Amino acid sequence: SPEERPQFPGASAEFAERLEFIQPNVLAGIPVYRVMDRQGHVLRPSEDPQLPKEQVLKLYKTMTLLNTMDRILYESQRQGRISFYMTNYGEEGTHVGSAAALDASDLVFGQYREAGVLLYRGYPLELFMAQCYGNASDPGKGRQMPVHYGCPERHFVTISSPLATQIPQAVGAAYAIKRADASRAVVCYFGEGAASEGDAHAGFNFAATLECPIVFFCRNNGYAISTPTSEQYRGDGKSSAARGPGYGLLSIRVDGNDVFAVYNATREARRRAVAENQPFLIEAMTYRISPLSLSPAPKKPQPCFPWVFRPIGHHSTSDDSSAYRSVDEVNYWDKQDHPISRLRHYMAKRGWWDEHEEKAWRKSSRKMVLEAFEQAEREPKPPPRLLFSDVYLEMPPRLRRQRAELERHLETYGEHYPLQHFQK
Amino acid sequence: QRRGLRLSAPAAIQVTVRDALNQALDEELERDERVFLLGEEVAQYDGAYKISRGLWKKYGDKRVIDTPISEMGFAGIAVGAAMVWLRPVCEFMTFNFSMQAIDQVINSAAKTCYMSAGSIAVPIVFRGPNGASAGVAAQHSQCFAAWYGHCPGLKVVSPWSAEDAKGLLKASIRDDNPVVVLESELLYGVPFEMSEQAQSKEFVIPIGKAKIERQGTHVTLVAHSRPVGHCIEAAAVLSKEGVECEVINLRTIRPMDIETVEASVAKTNHLVTVEGGWPQFGVGAEICARIMEGPAFNYLDAPAVRVTGADVPMPYAKILEDNCIPQVKDIVFAVKKALNI
Repeated sequence: SPEERPQFPGASAEFAERLEFIQPNVLAGIPVYRVMDRQGHVLRPSEDPQLPKEQVLKLYKTMTLLNTMDRILYESQRQGRISFYMTNYGEEGTHVGSAAALDASDLVFGQYREAGVLLYRGYPLELFMAQCYGNASDPGKGRQMPVHYGCPERHFVTISSPLATQIPQAVGAAYAIKRADASRAVVCYFGEGAASEGDAHAGFNFAATLECPIVFFCRNNGYAISTPTSEQYRGDGKSSAARGPGYGLLSIRVDGNDVFAVYNATREARRRAVAENQPFLIEAMTYRISPLSLSPAPKKPQPCFPWVFRPIGHHSTSDDSSAYRSVDEVNYWDKQDHPISRLRHYMAKRGWWDEHEEKAWRKSSRKMVLEAFEQAEREPKPPPRLLFSDVYLEMPPRLRRQRAELERHLETYGEHYPLQHFQK
Repeated sequence: QRRGLRLSAPAAIQVTVRDALNQALDEELERDERVFLLGEEVAQYDGAYKISRGLWKKYGDKRVIDTPISEMGFAGIAVGAAMVWLRPVCEFMTFNFSMQAIDQVINSAAKTCYMSAGSIAVPIVFRGPNGASAGVAAQHSQCFAAWYGHCPGLKVVSPWSAEDAKGLLKASIRDDNPVVVLESELLYGVPFEMSEQAQSKEFVIPIGKAKIERQGTHVTLVAHSRPVGHCIEAAAVLSKEGVECEVINLRTIRPMDIETVEASVAKTNHLVTVEGGWPQFGVGAEICARIMEGPAFNYLDAPAVRVTGADVPMPYAKILEDNCIPQVKDIVFAVKKALNI
């Protein structure tokens, strides 16, 4: 009878007469959805999204091109040519699998390790490099640290350093998009470590209460700099997917190294988020690969996957991950379970790829990256007068005067400054 | 014999600051469908201080949104919405609580235009009561004018009168940059005369322009928010002693209209700044620095004097609280010190 049901405004469940605490692991072992096994075999044909050959090739080429670009730019940081870099080794599958599932106009809020999403959307190598070098071609006018890409035309919001601040912002943007009735989704990427921030909690909560067309995409790569997930949170070890239902989010955990699993989950989440105006959470399990250069040189040629020859997936160039994880652990992920090799096996089985094409692509992709790299090296820096613009949308008189002062100063004393490195 | 048509003089009316803010919000919500209000208690409760009274009833859930209790959450949401298409007015119940959200305000709202090289605008307004109230103690009484005024990328306004409140809030909402509107809880209930011109729906006060509230010749008093009223009272007291104060209402903290202050100091040769906030690194300190850096320095006959809140966390006991904020007697004392009388 109605009198026997709880009447509290805050909860709607039944009464219970036995004292029982809910175990934190009640959602223990949220299964990891996958389409392919580690050798690229599709386990259930009905789950194969049956993407056309060109699109699968595009997925593969994007991942491998990203990997090549990462290696070159990582090296350039080590050589002091750029100040900072973050590689994406091991996580390429999460980028392209999700990017392929989105509409081109869906708005992307990233954290900082989603360059593959932007690359999939066609952002040219020259502009990635220009941003890292902070040169005159950088649409960001050299204002940011490397890897802080942004592209309004491709609906990729400029990366911002503070962790997880993009989460409530993505929700607000989704709310605005819902108000504008745009049939667009917002996708918000973050790492499992960033999900500890207060902003994440508030963002998840609001997404549900405001009923927003948003897909949260958590890249769970096992580490936040040196902090393993076992120290990041308790409760079913890999928490984001377990937390989602608590906030009212439909949630799923997927194998992030399986591009088709990532694709399927993102596609369905995106479709329903827009159709039903409700938020989704995808937790993509993956691994942040680390230096092969730590292991002793092999005595005979090992079946070492060439695309990650000397990969160095530290948190960033400011990190040395040998301090907190073992070589064996890293090697496992590099050799046994890598998104690029798994997709390659899938393609080879269908006769869409072979050694010959692999060799040719390796050569041509490396050439493309090196050309873009050399060009970026040659470019001048942005002109000094750009120091003053964009503080506000319109330049205030004070800054206008200061800019004029600088220009006058340079007219008289310009020879004492290295102006040749800067665009006029 | 026909009587000529006699037009009456324009009718000024008495309007409280609360009603002026409410009018501003109402008019801007009506004018632009992208404007919306969010914050704790702003909708069904009519606002914690009733500033948004009647607005949820009139505009509904889409335009006036009650949020869960998370300043960092709803400030972040507002920033994200502003980046895309909407024009949020984000209310902090007091600016003390904005500290929970300060990363979103500074690192995101203030810096995004610059860091995105102009490609992302954040047309957002953060508003709420700032500074001292009555008997709410230290964690509810801090003045944030200096903190927010410090940051390039933000505009910061601090209204005093009802006209200030209405005109500046409307200007802030229409501005495409992030604007912080520092209101005063103690002023909400205070009625001011509002001219007919100010009653119009198009009445906007330009951001970045100070107002001379009272002309004078002997000393320049510069203040913002509630202390402006104290300065006017002090001026009345001093006038009886033959000292005529020029009272400047800054209205905008950033960009600061130092030119108006300079012109006044060139005339009076003496400067006293008055603020509710703490002295160290405060608004008065900035005014003094800029006066020294500019032409007005040569017109000063004496060092400038600052009147500020006491350099302690705000106490709770009334007698202590009263003595921690600038009073009329403190301003009179400071003027006499500056004039050496």
